[in-house]
Amino acid sequence: MAAIRFDAVSKRYEGGRDALTDVTFELASGELAFLTGRSGAGKSTVLKLLGLIERPTRGAVIVDGRNVSRLPARDIPAYRQQVGMVFQDNKLLPDRTAYENVALPLIITGTGEREIGRRVRAALDQVGLLDRERQRPPALSAGEQQRLGIARAIVARPRLLIADEPTGNLDPELSLEIMTLFRRLNEVGVTMLIASHDLPLVERLRARRIALADGRLVPVPEAA
Amino acid sequence: MKLGAWLTRHAQNALGSLGTLSRNPVASALTIAVIGIALALPAALNLLVQQGRLLTGDVEATRDFSVYLAPGVDVERAAGLAATLRQREGIARVRLVTADDAAAGLREEPGFAEALATLPANPLPHTLVVRPAPAATAAEVEDLATELRGEPGVDLVRVDTGWLERLTAILDLVRRVVLAAGALLGLTVLFVVGNTIRLDIQNRAQEIEVAKLLGATDAFVRRPFLYLGFWYGLAGGVVALLLIGITLAAMAGPVARLLALYGTGARLGGLGLGTVAGVLLSGITAGWGGAWLAVGRHISAIQPKV
Ligand SMILES: Nc1ncnc2c1ncn2[C@@H]1O[C@H](COP(=O)(O)OP(=O)(O)OP(=O)(O)O)[C@@H](O)[C@H]1O
Ligand SMILES: [Mg+2]
Repeated sequence: MAAIRFDAVSKRYEGGRDALTDVTFELASGELAFLTGRSGAGKSTVLKLLGLIERPTRGAVIVDGRNVSRLPARDIPAYRQQVGMVFQDNKLLPDRTAYENVALPLIITGTGEREIGRRVRAALDQVGLLDRERQRPPALSAGEQQRLGIARAIVARPRLLIADEPTGNLDPELSLEIMTLFRRLNEVGVTMLIASHDLPLVERLRARRIALADGRLVPVPEAA
Repeated sequence: MKLGAWLTRHAQNALGSLGTLSRNPVASALTIAVIGIALALPAALNLLVQQGRLLTGDVEATRDFSVYLAPGVDVERAAGLAATLRQREGIARVRLVTADDAAAGLREEPGFAEALATLPANPLPHTLVVRPAPAATAAEVEDLATELRGEPGVDLVRVDTGWLERLTAILDLVRRVVLAAGALLGLTVLFVVGNTIRLDIQNRAQEIEVAKLLGATDAFVRRPFLYLGFWYGLAGGVVALLLIGITLAAMAGPVARLLALYGTGARLGGLGLGTVAGVLLSGITAGWGGAWLAVGRHISAIQPKV
């Protein structure tokens, strides 16, 4: 469905230091991997390159055989419509209801009204927020906002899901629940790359790990 | 996308933009009022020019001029002269006013009756009242008068077409002023709408950024703002029509009296279908255009940063 390859990718932010240096890895279609590393290691940068929010300074980001880092601006919307993104800061619209927030990706792709209603409720149900559909984000707890962001990322059934610290505000129990949800989505073929520094959780899930330190790929340390 | 879904989406966008207007009633009303006034001014001036044209058209019919015949010319020769003139090109009608008719007319005027009575004989000449053909220009009428001055038996020809020419010239000038004012005020609407929508885009920058992150195209993001411009223009047009309608209604009485004073049959016309369509179309065009200006410049400037 969606295979990812980072080919000697380096990224230097304008006026900043190198965030990524010569990063090369591959993710098979339908694979699930965690991106780990300390704060500032470059996890968000990898995901931003995949979401075409940033472009690499050197190297290529290949998705399904296409060098997406060279995609012309007019092709970016169509690409993003196929990628589900969970943002570290959620990026919810505070003056829209939970329902309206989750419906946005479907409205963008021109989905019919009834189909939107069906899919939005299904997504809200999957993250346990069905009873909150009329609430606006400021009225939700940090964990609930995070789950709302996840619902919005999965509602359009993306082929690729990238999530930046999706369980950062959740208690261990909820975190496990969300990870189980990701697992289930992965089982139906969605390729997933999830940035997390919740090492105990990642180790518990026994999924593949891609470890970064100071912008470089490093061998995954053996679990204690 | 199916046609039904496409139509539904446009209808939703249009209604959603209408909702945006109602969320800021005071600001929206002010913007719409400014647009309305800017549209009403040139439209009202234009109506005035049209009325002026009608009025001069009506006056054309009264371009009659008098040909005073020499004292020695008798009634038979006067009638003969009238008959020849009637055959001429450029003349629509010739009416013979004999000296006796003229004296009878004068006797009705207070003051003149006594003066006439003291005179031994009727001092008035026979007169031909000539009405030029409707198509004749002021210059042609002037030429005709010159020719008639040379006719034997003609004593004096009095033509006064100057004021008509001046009126036509003034109306022409006013028409140009209206065009210029219309263009300037149209630009005003463009900028008022453009600026209002620029502010609206800035207020919704977060929403635009998130929509782009989720794969919204520029066209998708632009659409509600274009509809917003459309509504501003349409509402401004309706306000302009209301303003003009009220002004016309308030002016109808006095203008009718004024026109009656000049003895013309002209009446102040109402808002024609042409004016209604013109004002609404100008409003919508300027509103939509202003929105285009704003979205073209400001929406692509908003790029998602995470
Ligand atoms: N927009 C930016 N401009 C300049 N420097 C940036 C920018 N974004 C990130 N950086 C820098 O790039 C490096 C990697 O940042 P990144 O956000 O990828 O780290 P991270 O692994 O996601 O960290 P965290 O766990 O704290 O989210 C950091 O040193 C950071 O300061
Ligand atoms: Mg990060």
